[in-house]
Amino acid sequence: MDFSSLNPVAMIVLLVGAATPILLAALGELVVEKSGVLNLGVEGMMIIGAVTGFIVATETASPYAGMLGSMVGGALVAMIFGFLTQFLRSNQVATGLALTLFGLGLAALLGGDYNGIKPPPTPRLNIEGLSDLPIVGELLFSYDPVIYFSIFLVAAVWYFLNRTRGGLILRACGENHDAAHSLGYNVVMIRFGAIMFGGACAGLGGAYVSLIRVPQWTEGMTAGIGWIALAIVVFASWKPWRAILGAYLFGGITILQLSLQALGISISAAYLSMTPYIVTIVVLVIMSADRKRASLNAPACLGRSFHASN
Amino acid sequence: MKFTKTLATAAAMGLALSGAAFADEDPIKAGFIYVGPIGDLGWTWTHDQGRLALEAEYGDRVETSFVESVPEGADAERVMSQMARAGMDIIFTTSFGYMDPTINVAEDFPDVAFAHATGFKRADNVATYSARFYEGRYVIGEIAGAMTETNKIGYIASFPIPEVVRGINSAYLAAKSVNPDVEFKVVWVYTWFDPGKEADAANALIEQGVDVIMQHTDSPAAMTIAEEKGVYAFGQASDMSAFGPNAQLTAILDNWAPYYIDRVGAVLDGTWESTDVWDGIGAGMVGIAPFSDNIPADVQARATATIAAIASGEFQPFTGPINKQDGSVWLAAGETADDGSLAGLNFYVEGIDGELPQ
Repeated sequence: MDFSSLNPVAMIVLLVGAATPILLAALGELVVEKSGVLNLGVEGMMIIGAVTGFIVATETASPYAGMLGSMVGGALVAMIFGFLTQFLRSNQVATGLALTLFGLGLAALLGGDYNGIKPPPTPRLNIEGLSDLPIVGELLFSYDPVIYFSIFLVAAVWYFLNRTRGGLILRACGENHDAAHSLGYNVVMIRFGAIMFGGACAGLGGAYVSLIRVPQWTEGMTAGIGWIALAIVVFASWKPWRAILGAYLFGGITILQLSLQALGISISAAYLSMTPYIVTIVVLVIMSADRKRASLNAPACLGRSFHASN
Repeated sequence: MKFTKTLATAAAMGLALSGAAFADEDPIKAGFIYVGPIGDLGWTWTHDQGRLALEAEYGDRVETSFVESVPEGADAERVMSQMARAGMDIIFTTSFGYMDPTINVAEDFPDVAFAHATGFKRADNVATYSARFYEGRYVIGEIAGAMTETNKIGYIASFPIPEVVRGINSAYLAAKSVNPDVEFKVVWVYTWFDPGKEADAANALIEQGVDVIMQHTDSPAAMTIAEEKGVYAFGQASDMSAFGPNAQLTAILDNWAPYYIDRVGAVLDGTWESTDVWDGIGAGMVGIAPFSDNIPADVQARATATIAAIASGEFQPFTGPINKQDGSVWLAAGETADDGSLAGLNFYVEGIDGELPQ
C-alpha cells in the first residue's frame, strides 16, 4: 500500500477543522453543566448559530460580523431555554429536546432565502515569514482565527472555572445549589448566564460549519454535531483540556478513516466509520469503571431545578 | 433530533372551492416521505419539485402533504402509518432504506397505494420506481475521464447498495473507455446527507491528488469544496452550479414529475396497480444539465453523442466484455446486463481498486 500520498500535515489541518465546531459547542455545554444545568438543545442552538451567522455574514459581507451574529443568535435561543427552565422550572431534558426541534425548524424558516449563496470568505492567518515555513507554518500558523480562538477559549474556561472566584461560585451552583443560595448567591441568574454563554459557544460552532468548514447554508447542515458535543462533555469528565482531547480525537478518527478509504486501504469502511463512536464508548466505560472518580467529576446538582423556597 | 413538518394545502383548496360549487368529490390525497430536508437542493428537493408539479397539474383534485428528514428504520414505519391513517390514497416513500418499512406498513393498509423509490420489493399495493441514474453516470464518467489531469477521480459514496454500486461501475467503465490510466478513489461516508462529512471527504480526496469529484450523497458540500480548491465536480440530483460556478462540469438531474403525475392520475382514474417503473435518459426521468464552458468542444460533442445513443437505446452502459473485480467474466463481448442483475449489482467491475463493503 502506498502511504506516500497520505500527507500527515494536511490531515492534521483537516482534523482541526472537523473538530473545532464540536470543541466550541462542547466547551459551552461544559460550563452550562458545571453550573448544574443539562441543556440537550446544543444541536438546536448550533443550527441557529449556523443560519444567523450565515445571514449576518452575507448581509454585511463580513465573516466576523457573522460570527458575532451567530453568538447572539445562539445566546437568544438559549435564553428561551433559560427562561423556561430557570424561571418557570420546566423539565430540563424535555425543554432541551424541544429546543433542538424548535431550532432546526426555525433555522429552516430563517434560511429559506439563503440557499445557494456564497458567504464572504474567512481569511486564514498569514504572518509574514511564519506562515510560509515548511510544515510548521502550515501546522501552526495558517488556520482561520476561530481555531485559535477556540484554543484560547479552552484555556480561558479552565482558568475561569479553576482559578477565579466567579468560577468557584459557578461550580458551587452546580455542586450544591442550596449551599450556594444560602451563601447569598443568585443561583438562577448565575445559571441563566451560563446558559447564555453555552448558547453563544454553540452558535459560534454552528457558524464555523456554515461559514468555514462547508461555506454554504443547507437545512439541517449541522447533522448531529451537537449530540457529539454533548457526548464529548461526558467523555471529558467536565474538564476543558479533556474536551479538546475528545474533540480532536473524534475529528481525527473521522478524517483518518476518510483518508484511509481514499488511499484504498482494505479495512472494511463500516468499521472505520464506527471507530469514533466505539472509541467514545470505550473511554466512557473505562472512566465509569472507577466509580468514585467519575462521580466526583459530575456536578452533583446536574439537571436539578432550583427554587429559593426549597 | 428528528425534525418533521407537514404541509397541508387546505387554504388554497378553500379558495378554489368557492369558485367551483360542483366540486363535491373529495380530492385524492398523496403523501410523500423524504429522507432529507426539502431544502437540501439535491435528492429530496427534486422529489419535492415533483410533488409541486403534481399540485400544479391537478389543482384542487389532489391534496399533497409531506414529512421531511424521516430517518430510515423504525421511525419511518411510524410516519408511514400515521400518513395512512390520515386518509392518504397514495404514499410515495422516497429512499432505499424505506423498503422494508414500506412493505410492513402496506400489509396493514391494503387499501392504500404505496410507491417505493429505488427498492426491489413489491406487493399488491406496493409499486416501485427508480431512475436509471447509471445512464447519467456513464455520461459524466466519460467527461471526468477526459477532464482529469492527475488521472485520479474521487467518488463520495453513501451506502454500498446496488444503486450506488451501479453508479460507480458505470462511471468507471465510461472514464476508462476514454482514459485507460484513470484511477477511482471511492470513499464511503455512510450517510445520505451530512454536509460536514461530505466536505471532509472531498478535502481528503483532493489532498490525495484527486482533481475531479463525483458524489452519490445529497448536499452541495462537495461542490462548494471543489470550487474552493479549484478542482472539478458534478452536480448531484439537481444543478448545483450556484455552489460551484467554475467547478461544476455538468449535473445529473432527477425529474420525478412525470412519474408522480402519471401515478396519481392512475389513482384518480381508479386504474392504479402495482408496477415497476425504471426509466432513464430516454424517458426524461434522468437529465443532464448544460455543459460547463470548461469542457473542451470535442469532449462535449462525445458526451452529446453518448446521451443520444443511450436515449435511443442504441447503447447500454453495461455492454460486454466486462469482467468482475476478481477477473471472472461478468458479461461476454456484446452481451448487455439485464435489469435483474443490475438491480442486485453487488460487485465492482475489474479495474476498480479497493474492496466493496458488504
